[in-house]
Amino acid sequence: MVDSQIHTGGSRRPSSAALLAAAALAFAWLGTSAVVAAEAEPAAAAEHGEAEHVDWQAWKAGNQIGDKASLQRGAANFANYCASCHSIKYLRYERMAKDLQISEELLRKNLLPAGAKPTDYMMARVAAADGEAWFGRAPPDLSLITRSKGSDYVYQFLKGFYVDDSRPTHSNNLALPGAAMPAVLSDLEGVKTVVFSAEGESGHGGGKQVERFEQVAPGALTAAQYDSFVRDTVNYLDYAGEPSQIERGDLGIWVLLFLLVFTGLTWMLKKEYWRDVH
Amino acid sequence: MGGHSDASLPVRTGFLGWLNKRLPVDSFVKNQLTDYYAPKNFNIWYFFGSLALFVLVMQLVSGIFLTMHYKVGEATAFDSVEYIMREVPYGWLLRYLHSTGASAFFIVVYLHMFRAMLYGSYKAPRELLWLFGMVIYLALMAEAFMGYVLPWGNMSFWGAQVIVNLFGTIPVIGPGLVEWIRGDYGIADATLNRFFSLHVVAVPLILLLMVMLHLVALHETGSNNPDGIEINDNKGKDGKPLDGIPFHPYYTVKDIFGVGVFLTAFCFVVFFMPTFGGIFLEKPNFEMANAMSTPEHIAPVWYFTPFYAILRAVPDQQLGALAMALSIVCLVVLPWLDRSPVRSTRYRGWIWKLALALFVVSFVALGYLGLEPPSPLYTLLARIFAVIYFSFFVFMPFYTKVDPVKPLPARVSYDHG
Amino acid sequence: MVYDAAVFRHEPISMSDPSGAALHGSPPSTEAVDNSRRGFLVQATAAAGALGAAFAAVPFIASWSPSERARAMGAPVELDVSKIEPGQMVTLTWRKQAIYVVHRTPEMVSSLPGHDGQLKDPASKASEQPAYATNAKRTVRDEFLVVIGNCTHLGCLPKARFEQAQPELGADWPGGFFCPCHGSRFDLAGRVFQGSPASVNLRIPPYSFSSDSQLVIGKDDTAQGAA
Repeated sequence: MVDSQIHTGGSRRPSSAALLAAAALAFAWLGTSAVVAAEAEPAAAAEHGEAEHVDWQAWKAGNQIGDKASLQRGAANFANYCASCHSIKYLRYERMAKDLQISEELLRKNLLPAGAKPTDYMMARVAAADGEAWFGRAPPDLSLITRSKGSDYVYQFLKGFYVDDSRPTHSNNLALPGAAMPAVLSDLEGVKTVVFSAEGESGHGGGKQVERFEQVAPGALTAAQYDSFVRDTVNYLDYAGEPSQIERGDLGIWVLLFLLVFTGLTWMLKKEYWRDVH
Repeated sequence: MGGHSDASLPVRTGFLGWLNKRLPVDSFVKNQLTDYYAPKNFNIWYFFGSLALFVLVMQLVSGIFLTMHYKVGEATAFDSVEYIMREVPYGWLLRYLHSTGASAFFIVVYLHMFRAMLYGSYKAPRELLWLFGMVIYLALMAEAFMGYVLPWGNMSFWGAQVIVNLFGTIPVIGPGLVEWIRGDYGIADATLNRFFSLHVVAVPLILLLMVMLHLVALHETGSNNPDGIEINDNKGKDGKPLDGIPFHPYYTVKDIFGVGVFLTAFCFVVFFMPTFGGIFLEKPNFEMANAMSTPEHIAPVWYFTPFYAILRAVPDQQLGALAMALSIVCLVVLPWLDRSPVRSTRYRGWIWKLALALFVVSFVALGYLGLEPPSPLYTLLARIFAVIYFSFFVFMPFYTKVDPVKPLPARVSYDHG
Repeated sequence: MVYDAAVFRHEPISMSDPSGAALHGSPPSTEAVDNSRRGFLVQATAAAGALGAAFAAVPFIASWSPSERARAMGAPVELDVSKIEPGQMVTLTWRKQAIYVVHRTPEMVSSLPGHDGQLKDPASKASEQPAYATNAKRTVRDEFLVVIGNCTHLGCLPKARFEQAQPELGADWPGGFFCPCHGSRFDLAGRVFQGSPASVNLRIPPYSFSSDSQLVIGKDDTAQGAA
């Protein structure tokens, strides 16, 4: 059960890596450096041949900003599970719906909180002060979370909750030890504990090394479904961090094509004039 | 310039005739472009001067448009940058042009400066040209630093904190000076406001003035070239240098090609990797300035890191700051340290070539180390490279004198290709 | 450019002769410059450069257009007209413009055709209004006048002068609006009187009623808009 979850995550990666490799030709839609890293990591991990521990710090979100269906699912996930506590204060519902090709009807029906207008910014339903009272600190705005921490971090965070009864929330997080946020997605993911390596050798992030996860209670989703759920949500947050990135890639192709033609012309012009010079 | 009676100028009638009687347009074009002779043997290193000018114009234009949407102030600056990124039509493009342009400016300027070192372009009679260039470089560093503070991200804030505190190491006046620069007891609204003013008005004016002087000085002495010999020593019967060609059209078409290549690479970064993996735009700067939370790893933007690594390598606050200042001053006095009888590396001996290579390696290595978090090994390496860096300058008067130079050619070498 | 194309068509110059004697004398047969090719390349590069510059200007020019925020704030605004007493006016802003909403009494409405002869544009032919408000009363519903308050002369805000026969407006004043800046006068349908500096009627914004009492300014009346 435990291993299957991890392996599911692992086996997904080569297929997504293959997709990414194809997409690399049209790197327009992808943050190129992230892609290169995502492709290189699994191979390196496999060569290592270490099955005894879980290298969760190497988990990659594998965002695909061109995948509108994934972004739409992510928007729904966010509205259903995150939006009551977390704002995306720099993004308007209307703008998001336009970029993600969600009709105004669907927006109003499924994504818009009661009393909000499509032109409103995505504010949390819970007041920041209440959040601070309940959780010890106000739930942060997530407008730029993927830009300030990276998509992979958010992915690792959402998959990194485990049981820890020493915490007031009875849960802890691998990516953010001592997280104030409770494991709100455990209904979906199920409840899991972490078995840390006995020798106390540290993982490459400096923290304790994880030997394996143990599933204590099942969730509503299978491991693979939950993985997709998190990927869609992180993909959406990546979009929310920079809505213009879709437009940016589309425009960039044309700009580069033009510049290649222009530079070619200037090269011929230079050659032509420099025939005079001996 | 006495253009009107010059028989070589075109005969103008109509509006252009009217204009040329009142403004020396034709004679300026003739003196500065069509009749300004540049050595014909410029190689790839000679693209970066015109590119630097191009990037300056690009930064001015994108900066002017950003200023139309940016709202200075500690409560509004960060939000207004996100407003530009999300809500202003093409605001994201203006911002990425400007942020990528800052890094591009330093890449181009560093290559331009290295060209001068490679071919001895700073040597007599071009010392003043080099000095104007150094003032441009210093102004550019101030411009970049203050511009970096404006988005009011957390790296902006802590970068400002660290750099401004450097002035506190100056004996006696330091602490008072720091408070005066900040205009508050910490980096605050007042600091941001004055940096904004300096960034958008004062320093650009200095930059433009110095660039003009740099160009005037260049056209007075004429360009150096990869052979480091004077083309004006070999003139034909018509008084034109035999190894020179008119800047226009030959170097205008060549430089336009250079701009094309540059723009292609530049736009690739702007459109497909604007943060450049967190080097041009750093992750912590997507969090708003927070005086209660220092980012885990704080380093300046890449173009300052060689000097920052020197600062960190010295285990003493005052001496570290002094070493950092000296590492920049060393460059300024370069024309008077170099005693070699030849300019170009092509005709210098193995000692100079080794020294220059070591200098480049140490500069790049320091740049890398300055980006990384400090560790015992890295600190040791930084010290070694800092010693090499300073040795390059300190021992220059000696090794350039004993360096076995080769005889200079009579004419420039040029492969017709 | 101040220098003409002749500058580009330079005579070939040979730089290689050490004596300098043949500076302008390269062998003509093999080295002759193909001026047509040169001219073509200059023109092609200049055209491509001009095209590139034009495209590069687009984002800069576009950045002056209203931002998404401005557009969002320019979204339709709603007003409950059932709270406006007959004969009263409510003002609000939509897209940074003053909107006047007047609840006209039946007397006010019936008085409108009486002074058509004194108006510059009684049928609103030269004035700006949606198709569904291009009628004698300039409204969707007779009792509610919805106009952009800013005077069509130079943008000041005319004052409401609804009572008839006011001292400074004359004994035959039928009630309407008077602009304090330059003295333009408008009737209770926002139509401009002769002798005013303004030449067209007050503009009418797109609007509709989402219910009996709910006025939506900025959203076209689709039911009547087709007509």
